[in-house]
Amino acid sequence: MTGSLLCIEDLTMRFGGLTAVDDLSFNVAPNEITAIIGPNGAGKTTVFNCLTGFYRPTSGKLKLTQPNGKKISLERMNGYAIARHARVVRTFQNIRLFAGMSVLENLMIAQHVPLMRASLYSIGGLLGLARYQRAEREAVELASYWLEKVNLIESADEAAGSLSYGARRRLEIARAMCASPLLLCLDEPAAGLNPHEDMELCELLADIRREYNIAILLIEHDMGIVMRISDHIVVLDHGACIADGKPAEVRANPAVIRAYLGEPAEDDVQVQAGGE
Amino acid sequence: MAGNYAPSTSSFAIALREAGIAGFVAVLLAVPLLGFRLVDSAQGLSLDYRVPWVIFAGVGVFCARLILNLTGSSIVGGVQRSVSQIAIFKRFNGDWERIIGWVLIGLAFVLPFLGDRNLADRATLVLIYVMLGTGLSIVVGLAGLLDLGYVAFYAVGAYCYAILALTFGFSFWICLPLAGLFAASFGILLGFPVLRLRGDYLAIVTLGFGEIVRILLINWQNLTGGPDGIIGIPRPTLFGLEFRIGDDAGSFAGFFGIPFSPAHRIFFLYYLALTLVLITVFFVQRIRRLPIGRAWEALREDEIACRSLGLNPTTIKLSAFALGASFAGFAGSFFATRQGFISPESFTFIESAIILAVVVLGGMGSLIGIVFAAILLVGLPEWFRELEQFRMLAFGTVMVLVVIWRPHGLLSKRALSVRLNQQASQ
Repeated sequence: MTGSLLCIEDLTMRFGGLTAVDDLSFNVAPNEITAIIGPNGAGKTTVFNCLTGFYRPTSGKLKLTQPNGKKISLERMNGYAIARHARVVRTFQNIRLFAGMSVLENLMIAQHVPLMRASLYSIGGLLGLARYQRAEREAVELASYWLEKVNLIESADEAAGSLSYGARRRLEIARAMCASPLLLCLDEPAAGLNPHEDMELCELLADIRREYNIAILLIEHDMGIVMRISDHIVVLDHGACIADGKPAEVRANPAVIRAYLGEPAEDDVQVQAGGE
Repeated sequence: MAGNYAPSTSSFAIALREAGIAGFVAVLLAVPLLGFRLVDSAQGLSLDYRVPWVIFAGVGVFCARLILNLTGSSIVGGVQRSVSQIAIFKRFNGDWERIIGWVLIGLAFVLPFLGDRNLADRATLVLIYVMLGTGLSIVVGLAGLLDLGYVAFYAVGAYCYAILALTFGFSFWICLPLAGLFAASFGILLGFPVLRLRGDYLAIVTLGFGEIVRILLINWQNLTGGPDGIIGIPRPTLFGLEFRIGDDAGSFAGFFGIPFSPAHRIFFLYYLALTLVLITVFFVQRIRRLPIGRAWEALREDEIACRSLGLNPTTIKLSAFALGASFAGFAGSFFATRQGFISPESFTFIESAIILAVVVLGGMGSLIGIVFAAILLVGLPEWFRELEQFRMLAFGTVMVLVVIWRPHGLLSKRALSVRLNQQASQ
């Protein structure tokens, strides 16, 4: 093991008086699936938003180590630059596709940056240079590869908005993969899926980790999925990390059980502590 | 509604009551609209009451509504169905679009020979609006940024040509790209402050920008000539040949040894406009299929998703504003050279509204739709000048009908920028 891919140190995010993420530290190892779990409102999506540049953290460090050994500080970068240079790509809890555009076009937009460069910032593309045409052909090939993977090749030319819910979830993951990520952040990818689709999702994620040497950071409520596929689990409650370890360790951790199931006597103490 | 059932007593009563309400509303409206008339009498102005008119209006509406209710929605529905089933609207796929496009281009080339020079002159005006509509369709149709001040860039282009040509003596062909560049930089200038705005807020700010530019043109007396405008703007030349009376080698008529006719210039301007339009359309068709064109559409669909994929919304928005504005700049400098005279009055808000109407009526992003809409909104009013007092009535009727029958514009089918099957067959 070459150390961690992403190192989160003392991450804190405050919205006015509300501390959504409180002094959180954990590591994401390369080529592992790390799950972030916790009750509703625990601050999981806020961590994602800090990580992908949608929020600027109040304090703390987010260090990403690239394969060539270069370190990047994510906390100072803009949202689009994180996806572009640090190659941290995410999906959304409420699916965000380009609904009016076709499935294939969605995947082409994910490859915008290299395509834009190949088209010489549109000038070469306007002149119809061979270089751009080749780049576009390759982009379509990559897109069709991922469409095959997520079983959507038949609907490549249909509008993304017309797909079924499960298909839209899969398309969003395929789109993120087309942006060639180093770290793939999935925000509740199994929400609203049926058991059969859950199975497919697990296989897809395991496949991605096995074949592409990509680390996955996963927010998920479905414990079946989390326990089955993740290598490492981080449990958040009220913005703080209450457990961090292998699935079996986390499952046995009394603090986790308390946070999920609650203990009447402890609960009052927690509410008071949270109110301060 | 009542019409869905066979007219029984109860449904007849409902139909009667509804017709009564409609008739009553008609009377209420008719009293102020039709009921009074100002007449010149010996004692000065006095009012004449037209009671029969009001009664006619009420009875007419009552009867029409009753018939409509009794025959049910079959009349309205029938008309609606027949309109929406006109072949051109139905399954309007890429092949059709290409064929119609080429037919239109062919027609445009022979148009001056089909009629008199008035026809060519009016067609030139339509072409200007096609160019403006195409430029605006980048901003509104593709990037989804509602711009109500588009006329500002048109004005910048026109004044840029007029001032450069009169001050420095630059020719039209040098000024055309300069006007485009200048308008594009104005587009970026407007783009920066509105980067964070969307929808209604963006519309209001761009509306204000359009007005600022117009008021600036009125008040910057020593540069723009203020409300008097600029006169004597040089006309374009064909490779240095001027369109004027005279049979020396420097004039078009003299060079080709044909008698001078004022129609030459009009035909020349027509073909010049046609060339500019074809370049614009070709450019926009092509850029739509490039990464930047797809990025504009992606930005319209979801800006947050764009950011999460590494697209920089700032540069994408600014490029849409700049490119859209540069086409308005080209159109503006062509307008200036065609008119020979410009003043701030040509660049009022109503112009922005018409250009936007051309884009929306044509169907967002459909270039052939823009051509049809420009003919409908700009061309037809020119032909029916005698009926000018009914123009707004017709305008309103067309808008209402479009909203009912074609809410997404005349031709609203979006062509895909890339297809899987087509790629596979290559």
